[in-house]
Amino acid sequence: MQIYLPIAEVSVNAFLLLGLGGMVGILSGMFGVGGGFLMTPLLFFIGIPPAVAVATEANQIVASSFSGVLAHVRRKTVDFRMGTVLLIGGLFGAALGVVVFNYLKSLGQVDLLVKLCYVVFLGVIGAMMFVESLRAIRKARSGGGVPTRKKHNWIHKLPFKMRFRTSGLYISVIPPVVVGVCVGILAAIMGVGGGFIMVPAMIYLLGMPTKVVVGTSLFQIIFVTAFTTMLHATTNYTVDVALAVLLLVGGVIGAQVGTTIGTKLKAEQLRILLAIMVLAVCFKLAFDLLLMPSELYSIGDSGGH
Amino acid sequence: MIRLVLVLLLLTLPARAEEVVLGLSQDEVAITANFDGSQILVFGAVKREEPIPDGPPLEVVVAVSGPSEPVTVRRKARRFGIWVNTDSVLVDSAPIFYAVATSKAFGDVLTDVEDLRHRISIERAIRSVGAAMQTSSVQDFTDAVVRIRENAGLYKIVENSVAIDEQTLFRTAIDMPANVTEGDYSMRIFLTRSGEVVSFYETNIDVRKVGLERWLFNLSRENPMMYGLMSLAIAIAAGWGASAAFRILRQR
Repeated sequence: MQIYLPIAEVSVNAFLLLGLGGMVGILSGMFGVGGGFLMTPLLFFIGIPPAVAVATEANQIVASSFSGVLAHVRRKTVDFRMGTVLLIGGLFGAALGVVVFNYLKSLGQVDLLVKLCYVVFLGVIGAMMFVESLRAIRKARSGGGVPTRKKHNWIHKLPFKMRFRTSGLYISVIPPVVVGVCVGILAAIMGVGGGFIMVPAMIYLLGMPTKVVVGTSLFQIIFVTAFTTMLHATTNYTVDVALAVLLLVGGVIGAQVGTTIGTKLKAEQLRILLAIMVLAVCFKLAFDLLLMPSELYSIGDSGGH
Repeated sequence: MIRLVLVLLLLTLPARAEEVVLGLSQDEVAITANFDGSQILVFGAVKREEPIPDGPPLEVVVAVSGPSEPVTVRRKARRFGIWVNTDSVLVDSAPIFYAVATSKAFGDVLTDVEDLRHRISIERAIRSVGAAMQTSSVQDFTDAVVRIRENAGLYKIVENSVAIDEQTLFRTAIDMPANVTEGDYSMRIFLTRSGEVVSFYETNIDVRKVGLERWLFNLSRENPMMYGLMSLAIAIAAGWGASAAFRILRQR
């Protein structure tokens, strides 16, 4: 069944979109990630204009994060105070990101920017996760001692300290705000929630306990992506609500299925799978940039749209 | 004297010996939510007061053109090992859709001079006048527009697709792909003999989003704040709904 998307102005198969939403939803449920970093490139591949893909994906992430955060609120694994600090940074970052995005769009370099961001971030995060989980598996096999985290580093010397009860932390607000800004920029430029950056940053940089990390990042992501959606909708008119609805119907169902699958697999195996997937997407995008494209020319903004 | 001048004037005007009487299966194309392309049937007759002239038979050219707009064409080149957009050319005017149907091979139904005059072939329909200053290879960019849009099914010349009976009745079908955009489309019909245009007829086809598509598109342009909030409300409702629905399912 073909469906004509009113804003993207292309006709696509509705079941393909539902299927993509469902597939990415399963993965996001399994791994506890938003799935934006997979969905946005997939939308590029099926011919959705990049600007529309990025803006619409932000809207879809609002739905999946909201669905996810409810479970965490019930389990009391959301640090609202930390979430708010991250959020303040995130809103600044998102506004900055949209400005950069619109500027590069006028130069015709937005595709390049989006793809380069993906290659760099997916490459770094994927490689780090891969090495981490390999080490964890090896350690689990050899039955070594519990890894000890460094409790005091340079982060504890910064001013403006604040107490975060849920996380059991007393740290400066500067690192969380900076993390928030970075994630906000990424949300606006890449059409992702940024969970895959924020979760490692919260664990390794801020030293937050793992159980509150996912809930808190989801809480922040809802607001940052909602803000991004509004910015894209009012400045670029690129949010396609029909596309978003189809993706999120598949996505929310898939996410619930994925969560069930995820509980049956071991954490290390899960992480190594995710790392491999992240690296695969990264290599595909990198190859596209490195190999000579079959069509050197492209038609840019036609003014009227 | 004045009467003589009038008579002479009338004589020098091209005598419209043959004229097109046209029928279309639709003069509106509605882009609905399940729009999957459209086919417009064109059928017409040649009205004439005199017997069919001798000589080469009558041929028909049908050209459908979407609204023209300027497009920016960018070219990639290798910089620091990766392929990035480097040069760009603004092509002044290129139709967003262009289809030509002819009754014989294009070169047989129309001379170059007539093509130039009426801008019928795809190459002639695109204009890039001001672009000549920027890059020496503007032609490459114009060719690229044609190539990209031909691959997308937006530009095409279909030869031998107009059927003519007794040099009087003709019919053809113009396919519009699913990825057309809205606007005022023009349809031109040319009657030719030995490559010369003997008669010419023009009409409009209205391509419009309708219903929900229209409403969403208008809302997103005229009231983007409202549209954004609506998108968010839908997203939050869907997220909450799914979470609630699966909680009920699990408890059973």
